Amino acid sequence: MQNFIDAYSHVNLAYLLQGLGVTLEVSLISIAFSFLIGTLLGVARYINVKIFSAVVGFIIDLIRNLPLLLILFFTYFALPNIGLRLPVIPASIVAMTVFESAMLAEIVRSGINAVPVGQMEAARSNGLTYTQAMVHIILPQAFKAMIPPIVSQFISLVKDTSLATIILLPELTYHSQIIYGQNSNYMIPMFVALAVLYFVVNYALSLISRLISRRLSSGVR
Amino acid sequence: MLNILVNNFPELMSGLGYTLMSSLIALVGSLIIGTAFALMEISTHRWVSVIGNIYVEVVRNIPLLVITMAFYVIVPQYIAQIDGFTAGTIGLTIYTSAFIAETVRAGIQSVAVGQMEGARSVGMTYSQAMIQIIFPQAFKIVIPPLGNQFINLVKNSSILAFVAGFDLMYQGKIIANATFNTFDTYLAVGVLYLILTMPLSYFMRYLEKKWAVA
Amino acid sequence: MKKLHNLIAFIGLLSVLLLAGCGKSIASQDVLQHAKQTNTIVWGVKADTRLFGLMNTKSGKIEGFDIDMAKAITKQILGPKGKAELVQVTSDTRVPMIKGGNIDAIIATMTITPDRQKVLNFTQSYFAAGQSLLVKKGSRIHSVKDLKKGDKVIGVQGSTSVDNIQKAAPQATVLQLSDYAQAFTALKSGQGVAVTTDNGILYGMSEQDPNYVVVGGTFTKEPYGIALNKGQTNMTNAMNKAINALRKNGTYEKLINKWFGDIPGFDIKEVE
Repeated sequence: MQNFIDAYSHVNLAYLLQGLGVTLEVSLISIAFSFLIGTLLGVARYINVKIFSAVVGFIIDLIRNLPLLLILFFTYFALPNIGLRLPVIPASIVAMTVFESAMLAEIVRSGINAVPVGQMEAARSNGLTYTQAMVHIILPQAFKAMIPPIVSQFISLVKDTSLATIILLPELTYHSQIIYGQNSNYMIPMFVALAVLYFVVNYALSLISRLISRRLSSGVR
Repeated sequence: MLNILVNNFPELMSGLGYTLMSSLIALVGSLIIGTAFALMEISTHRWVSVIGNIYVEVVRNIPLLVITMAFYVIVPQYIAQIDGFTAGTIGLTIYTSAFIAETVRAGIQSVAVGQMEGARSVGMTYSQAMIQIIFPQAFKIVIPPLGNQFINLVKNSSILAFVAGFDLMYQGKIIANATFNTFDTYLAVGVLYLILTMPLSYFMRYLEKKWAVA
Repeated sequence: MKKLHNLIAFIGLLSVLLLAGCGKSIASQDVLQHAKQTNTIVWGVKADTRLFGLMNTKSGKIEGFDIDMAKAITKQILGPKGKAELVQVTSDTRVPMIKGGNIDAIIATMTITPDRQKVLNFTQSYFAAGQSLLVKKGSRIHSVKDLKKGDKVIGVQGSTSVDNIQKAAPQATVLQLSDYAQAFTALKSGQGVAVTTDNGILYGMSEQDPNYVVVGGTFTKEPYGIALNKGQTNMTNAMNKAINALRKNGTYEKLINKWFGDIPGFDIKEVE
């Protein structure tokens, strides 16, 4: 018990929360970028312009089938080879964004697929261009269906930032390792703290997602 | 990149072997545990379903790395001596089981409620109805998402690199350090992962399409 | 037809990667010139190694002998206003990072070896360490000779100690972890019977937890040097000059005493 009291000293808790701050910062920025890029890629894959869509699709598949850990390594250690020297936080954001964009692209594509074909036909016959129909009619409907998978992707992202400890991103897990690396009695208290902090953040996210999708579905009726 | 592949072929193949082995063990383990928790979640006994729900929600919301590290550093001190490979594989199994539980639960629930009622009304017990009527129907719905879980499993097994689990990523890191050729090493490791995951992923897409039509 | 598209895409991707590989790297610029322009030297340092480079969770700053040396050398080269930017590395990440150009120089308990000299420039040695073993008090292991078949020894990826122990005790199995914090944690968890690395680092671990002791003296010589990318001759020379100056003006001895003066069992005369 004493271990827990000592482990959760002001200094250590502040240090952990500082780590949580970086975790959230990296996650939020990455999800925002991934949402934009993922939507573009998803649409690009959906519209089926011969070679272009196939190339985009293949790249998405490549990225989706690689471990995020590998992408992290690559971004941090290989990008400087082409003249991009990124500090660890931007490098993590880039790696997460590359990976998550590919994941979101698939979500967007299947979201669009789920919108009945008649919607596009109706919009076009009313005089909208393809782009207008896509932006004003199809995507808004698709996004509604996509909210739950996107949020669960975001939860994965928050969890996955822990992998960036391997390139020493100063996030939550790494900070806990620094703390119990200095006093091994703090190991169990630190794991408990990690479990609680990650759980609270992610569970809150999933509750919000449920709330939003309930709102939206009741709004439709 | 070819240099790296040729010169370190035995190490890379051994790494690939450990990656596959860990993924397969974790797949079987998490299928069993996941299905068990899925059944708990939909159980009519309130407490059983609450426990099932808590397990799934807790495990799903904690990073794999945290679970794995806990098994690697805490379990040996207090419970049993387990090495990195075992700790990593247990971590993978537990983590994946929560996702499989969700997949299986959704699959079972998507089979119409009337099916269970119908089966019960012709005199089947709950477990007979489950095994003979519900599972076979849920199976088709569940296979594609389960396949995707397996692909995730193969990718996630790179977590073994954190705990000296001898997997592909671990070998890659060692080779990168020994040859000082990071770029090519990770390129080679990436290709090897793709050899495992890409065919699986295309096969799953094929199944999804085929069964969607049927 | 679809297959053809995939093939084209794959070739396209590969060529992008290859082109990327041939692009002009930051690592090939003259770092001395660059440091003078920005008035900053970017150092790769340890954050998990007591006495050399350890994160202070209270201040959020890294502290240790390597850190003080890095700052002193920076001031020596760039003048009193020169800035030492510290980037955390591990044994595992430091070479890729200097090769990639993430950092200008490594001062992170790095041994000068012929293999590394093929790909990196080293300054003169600034600390003469030697490899040893850290075990739990009362362990049956008193030196390298006691390591039997099946014994697991914990080392850190990318460090010389892994190769050395494989030569000194070929019968033992070596587990390689990412950094020293994880290695020590693994020892405490019973994942191995000993941690092996340089004595200075091991004394730091034993200082943190006196239930673990350094045994058997040193069985290798590990001269620490500052590493720079191959071809960075100007910066290497400047750093050598700076180290000489620090030795002459007494700063070096002051720092050695500050960090290693009161470590029991540690002979500071041996390391200078």
